[in-house]
This record gives sequence, C-alpha cells and structure tokens, in this order.
Amino acid sequence: MIPEEKLKELKEMEKIYPDKRSLLLPYLQAIQDIYRYISDEAIEFVAKELSLNPSFVLGVLTFYTYFSRTKRGKYHIQVCRNLSCSLLGAESLIDYISKRLSLKPGETSSDGRFTFSLVECLGCCDRAPMMINDKYYTDLTLEKVDEILSSLR
Amino acid sequence: MNEGPFSQLLKVDGINKIERYLEQGGYSALKKALGMKPDEIIEEVKTSGIRGRGGAGFPAVVKWSFIPKDKRPVYLVCNADEGEPGTFKDRYIIEKIPHLLLEGIAISSYAVGANFALIYIRWEYVREAEILKNAIREAKEKGMLGKNIMGSGFDLEVVVHRGAGAYICGEETALLESAEGKRGNPRVKPPFPANVGLYGAPTVVNNVETLASVPLIIEKGGKWYASIGKPKSTGFKLFAVSGHVKKPGLYEKPMGYPLLKLINEDCGGIREERKLKAVIPGGTSTPPLTAEEADVSLDYESIQEKGSMLGSGAIIVMDDSTCMVYVAKKLADFYSHESCGQCTPCREGMPWLKEILARIENGLGESDDIPLLMDICTGILGRTLCPLGDAGALPILAYVKKFREEFEAHIKEKGCPFKGKK
Repeated sequence: MIPEEKLKELKEMEKIYPDKRSLLLPYLQAIQDIYRYISDEAIEFVAKELSLNPSFVLGVLTFYTYFSRTKRGKYHIQVCRNLSCSLLGAESLIDYISKRLSLKPGETSSDGRFTFSLVECLGCCDRAPMMINDKYYTDLTLEKVDEILSSLR
Repeated sequence: MNEGPFSQLLKVDGINKIERYLEQGGYSALKKALGMKPDEIIEEVKTSGIRGRGGAGFPAVVKWSFIPKDKRPVYLVCNADEGEPGTFKDRYIIEKIPHLLLEGIAISSYAVGANFALIYIRWEYVREAEILKNAIREAKEKGMLGKNIMGSGFDLEVVVHRGAGAYICGEETALLESAEGKRGNPRVKPPFPANVGLYGAPTVVNNVETLASVPLIIEKGGKWYASIGKPKSTGFKLFAVSGHVKKPGLYEKPMGYPLLKLINEDCGGIREERKLKAVIPGGTSTPPLTAEEADVSLDYESIQEKGSMLGSGAIIVMDDSTCMVYVAKKLADFYSHESCGQCTPCREGMPWLKEILARIENGLGESDDIPLLMDICTGILGRTLCPLGDAGALPILAYVKKFREEFEAHIKEKGCPFKGKK
C-alpha cells in the first residue's frame, strides 16, 4: 500500500510520538499523495497498522478536505475564493478556469488529468489572487493562468 | 519602512540555513536560557508583557505558568495552522527564519519542562513544512535540538505535524484533537490545555510569532521588550496587509502604530486613487472599521475601544467600490464551510446567514431579511463551545449594522448597486 521507504519513515515517526495514533493523518496523507484518493482497502490497511477501527479511520478522514474518497486528477487546481483574493478579482479567474477546463468546481475531467476545486484562504493574501497545484502560483492574471495550464498539458 | 527584529533577520539572505543563522548570533539566546532556571525564563517573558500573537491576545506567559510543576510529561505545541483569512505572517517566519522559531520552541520547552514539541502546520504549507524539517535536521546535527542540548542535559524532540485542511484546527483544542489523530472537534473548556492537553498531559499551545519572539526577549531582556509599544500592548507586531492597497505585504511595527499611516504611507495608499471605505484590522473574524473609525492606533486596547479586535494583525483594506453585502456573504460562505458541526447554533446558523446574504446580493432579498440576519447572528453569539461561532457572527452583525443602508439598497433596487460600476 505504501512504498517501503515511506513506510520506514512513518515507523520511525511512531517511535518519536508519545502515541502512535497521532500518525493517522501522516499515513492517510502518504496514501492520498500516492493514489490521489483513499480506498476501502487503504482504510483497512491504516486501521490495521495503527490498531484502530476502520470506521474510526473513515470518520476522521471525512472531516478533512485534503482527503478524497474518489480519485482526484493528476493536477489538482485549487483557487482561493476567500475575501482578499476576491477583492482582487478571484471570481473572474474562477469563471475563466472553469470554462477553460470545462469543469465546474469540485469536478474531475474524464481523462483524469484535472480536478478543479475552490478553496479557502491559503495564507498568501499579499500576492492575491492565488492558486495551488502542488505549489503556489501568485499575482495571477488570465494570461498567467493560461501559461500555467498550458504547461500542465 | 519596516522596523523591528524580525525584519532585520528577514533581510539576511540564506538565513534559513543554520550556518548563516549562527553567524548572525543565532542560538545564543538558547545558550543563555539553558544557563538560567526555568522560572527565571518565565519571569523574563512575563516582564516582557508579550501577548499571544495568534489572535486572542491572551498574555502568552499565563499559559506557561498554569502548567503544574509536579505533572510529567509536559508537551509544547506550536500552532502553525495559520488559516485566519488575511493572515500570512507565520508563513514568512517559517520560510525565511525557521531557526528563530526552533530556538524559541527550544527555550519555551525548557522553561515549561517539555521534552517533546510538535509543530502543527497547515497542509497547504508544503514547502514550509519541508523547510522546517530540514532546519530541525540541521539543528540536531549541531546539537541545538535532540539529546543533551549544548551539554546542558536537556533533551528535546521536535516534530512537524501536517494538518489536512480544516480551519477549525487553528483553535487550540481542535488542534490537539487533530494532532492525536482524530476529527478536529474543539473540546469543552475547562479543562484548559495547560492542565489537560495532548494525550491528557499538560500542554502549552503558542502561535509561531509568539514563540519566535521568545529568543529576542531572552537576549535583550523582558524590560527592553516592554519598553516598546504601549504599556498593555508591548513589543513589535507583524501586520499582514492585503486588499486594495498599492503595496500589500508584511509590515513589522511597534504596537500602537497608526493604522492610517500604515495604509497611506507604508502601503502606498489605496489603489487607483480611490477612497478607503472599510478596513478589517485583525483577520475576517474581527468586525470591520469604517473609514471614520480607521483613525486608530494598532494595539489591543485601541482597536477594542472601536468595537473590534487586533486579532492576528491581518489587515484587509477595502476601497469605495467594495460591496459590503458581498463581503459579508464571502464571510458567511467561509464560516459555514468551516463550521465543524458540533454546536447547533453555528452548524445551522452559518448556512442560513449564507443563504440569506446570497439572496440579498442577488436581488431577491425582502425587508424582513435584515432583522432576520441580526437575529441569527445574536442567536449564535456566545452559544458555541469554541470561538468559531462568534468569529462568523460578530463581524457579519457589524457589517449589517454599520452598512445597513447598503443592505437596504440591495433589497429596494432588487440587486447589487455595485455590479457593473467597477
């Protein structure tokens, strides 16, 4: 389920923490990053590793927006919709990206390439509007968005 | 211009590396602290008068002095879950001067008797988490963290623990739940974390900026720190400015600095030579100040006198083209999304605020909607376990009260008067 090297790292962390149950988020993060979703099988696996009930694991992971039960696209385009970004035109950017990717917020393209999400404040308000794939893109204009999206294709 | 200890370090190239940090006198405060008694450190920080930089403004050292002397283990948690909309100060500290934060964590852990410290960082700060992990590795190699730090016999393990996308985990008890591998539902208080914290052990939870201020206080003395700013709001503060100013960004100022001077001089004034309409002084959870109210100095008491809060020091500036119904709706969207669902007034109230504000903005509002909004807000205020309910209801109520004529105009004109005028 988790590559050996990563698993070793997690096991090392278990030794440092006062209680290994704290490792639940790190385990789920590792799986989300590899598979882009958390499968039933993954839940069983993590539950067994950390001596937890699978239903408890499911309860925890559905609390957090980082985890998805359906497979996300290879590129997860996330645009901030909060106040500072909106004051500087995030909404027109959101409409533009939505049209360009032919995706409504929350949708994944049928080829599995893109997931488009609206997210809350990303802590980068001075360089608004901004978005994230696996890294931050700031001071966005429509031209800049075009460039970024083209580079992902 | 930026004036203050953080700005001086932020300017130094490559200071995220330990060699460069040591050249600048880094970790000398830790060395000094390890030669002091823990109580002497607590006394020094108490003298400094520093108040928690996360938002509540609670005297930072009070949390330390509540830690029972006879219970072990004790844990220290650094809150790096910076999620308050408008706030980005902690990100700069972590990215540019991670060792200053680690030094502060080490001194504070020694003071309260903790041998395990956890930095809870929001997951979006992927790069920042890596920077911290590298810094911890470097510090361990140099003997500044880990076993027997600088030969003092004091041990400290520091871990970077990533969140998973939940604003509520910035609330300290929700953060502890999350760090224990659970849903981030806030706990009932009391007991406070100083008595029952991480895994039931006494725990100190402090914000990044607070902890990063500790080395300076130890180095230069609590008296020196207390001499800066105002008597009850001491020291320097980082202000994160965003919105309609020409030069948004991070500004470090002594407490009590005039808000209008910050906006008009430091930030170059309002963009496109427009007029100031409103300003949020401490993140979206704090009520807005109108242009008339904005003539205020940036410290806890002065902002409180104007009916708002200094919060995290996240200043969002809005010019006269901004629709206040739209702003209130944005906040309601956010707080309804981030409500953990535990308390009924917040879970049910926020989505109703969102729906009513959306219909007013879209021209479908009725005259009853204004008293209804106020009624829902007062129904949430003070009736939830954690501050998230108030964080949404208090500012929304303030937008309705302070800009009521705009809400009425939306209803009367059956639409947003600002649309198409920008």
